[in-house]
Amino acid sequence: MDYSQFGAMLPELIVLGIFLIVFLFDTFSGEGAKKALPSLTTILFALGTVAIWIVPASAEPVFGGMYVNTPACNAIKAILNVGVFIVFLQSVKWVDSESMKIRRGEFYELLLVTLFGMYLMVSARHFLLFIIGLESASLPLAALVAFNKKEYESHEAAIKYIMTAVFSSAILLCGLSFVYAFSGGSLYFSDIAVALSIGETSGLLLVAIAFVLAGLGFKLSLVPFHLWTADVYEGAPTSITSYLSVVSKGAAAFAFFIIFTQCFGAVYSDAWEWMLYAVIIATITVGNLFAMRQKNMKRFMAFSSISQAGYLMLGAVADSSLGLGSMMFYIFVYIVSNLGAFAVIQTIEYQTGKLNMDDYNGLHKTNPWLSFAMTLAMFSLAGIPPFAGFFSKFLIFTSVTGTGSMALYMLVLIALINTIISLYYYLLVVKAIWISGDAPKIESFRSDGASRAALWISVAGIVFFGLVPYIYQYCIDSVMASQDSILSAILPLFVG
Amino acid sequence: MDLSILWYLVPSVIMFVCGVYGFVTRKNLIAMLISLELMLNSADLNFVVFNRFLFPGSMEGMVFTLFSIAIAAAETAIAIAIIINIYRAIGNTDVREINKLKH
Repeated sequence: MDYSQFGAMLPELIVLGIFLIVFLFDTFSGEGAKKALPSLTTILFALGTVAIWIVPASAEPVFGGMYVNTPACNAIKAILNVGVFIVFLQSVKWVDSESMKIRRGEFYELLLVTLFGMYLMVSARHFLLFIIGLESASLPLAALVAFNKKEYESHEAAIKYIMTAVFSSAILLCGLSFVYAFSGGSLYFSDIAVALSIGETSGLLLVAIAFVLAGLGFKLSLVPFHLWTADVYEGAPTSITSYLSVVSKGAAAFAFFIIFTQCFGAVYSDAWEWMLYAVIIATITVGNLFAMRQKNMKRFMAFSSISQAGYLMLGAVADSSLGLGSMMFYIFVYIVSNLGAFAVIQTIEYQTGKLNMDDYNGLHKTNPWLSFAMTLAMFSLAGIPPFAGFFSKFLIFTSVTGTGSMALYMLVLIALINTIISLYYYLLVVKAIWISGDAPKIESFRSDGASRAALWISVAGIVFFGLVPYIYQYCIDSVMASQDSILSAILPLFVG
Repeated sequence: MDLSILWYLVPSVIMFVCGVYGFVTRKNLIAMLISLELMLNSADLNFVVFNRFLFPGSMEGMVFTLFSIAIAAAETAIAIAIIINIYRAIGNTDVREINKLKH
């Protein structure tokens, strides 16, 4: 075996290296030294992120084509890393709290392992590696959801999460077994695509694709498969909720795109085009309608993230490199916007224990900076023009309408109407903070340095990502540079 | 007697449906977990059967099954750990009593 192949897996090696350092440090250092663990991990992780941004990806498929780190894969990993870095900053206060002291190492270790799994999901070009990545991303997450050992809600959320996760992976595996029957004896994405383009579309193939869609839809919390989301988001520790809502979702969306275009691209219009339309419409609408009546901020963010997942999936029906680029940009903007909102929710929860929307009434009188950041995050999530959220929605809509089909125009129209509905509930938060005349329920406080840094990064992202074209250009360029390797398998099929 | 592929696929489908039915109707977390195992095993059986009958030249389905069994074991381990936590918190493993998070 050629061990130089491991050189192509640079991002994975970096994350595994950080994991090993944290693990050894956590195991062998003394009580006093353990205090340095959060800053050590965060700094190492920041360095690793910079390395992934800077070192160019080698687009050579390795391990017999099972793994490939194209520029697009590398870019999405770098984007996810930014999200994880912000999550690390946000969680410092929680990790340093009294009840967390003896297991702060485990938090970082489990988080890094899930990130490693997501990297594999993104880079896998064979279903075996993909499933291993998917499971190593979702199983440690269940342990993380159950992390607040003293609180019952955390356990309830964890049992709901693990049961639905296993159920969905059973469905996914069953779907894959039927796909295997059509694949000509190979589980490589490219081989399956070739086998499907030759064969005829049968009912069993439809069932298989529907099962795969359902299995991945659970991870992304698309609408008929979203029922776990609100409960898990509410019960999990808030740092984990923010991780679940952005990083895990971003990785799953990218993997979804790769699998459906590379593997099933040949049967797009026969098999899964209409399925995906229905799922997208249901996701956006149901997410919006349920978000309106939420009073708990974490549940509110859960339904908001469901409807955002619907917008993300729009990139997948655009089935072009523009769609993938817009989707990556959307993920990046969504990461900063959502983490900005979560930074505020977390800071307030850890300082005062308050989580309800009513508690935010009159927040601007006591905590103007937090109110300001929350308002920007809400504006960005709703897609109000000068902020990044507007540009990400705009670009994803353009990439979808670019194909010119009437059905896609209707889809975008429905998404647009839903954007207006979503304004209502995002502005409810803004109204509670700025307009509601009640006496403020939250004392004025000064948040810790790390979460303030996280908040500043998020706010800077919200304000500048839309205005600075570099980020979008980076996403599109990386997709274009991967053209030969990522999309070549399907592009001829789309044309033909 | 010549066994055709249907002799394997029909039991596999029955296992899968039983698993789904059990997952939906059982009230005990352990029973739900057993139902999930049924579903996973049905997928594994499918892989092996398709490999044996359709593509006897290669081994990919069999290898996939081995990995899938290992993953199922890991899933069960984590689920059981969480169920034990639930048991410590509320004294039983009845899903009807795990209902605090809903609005």
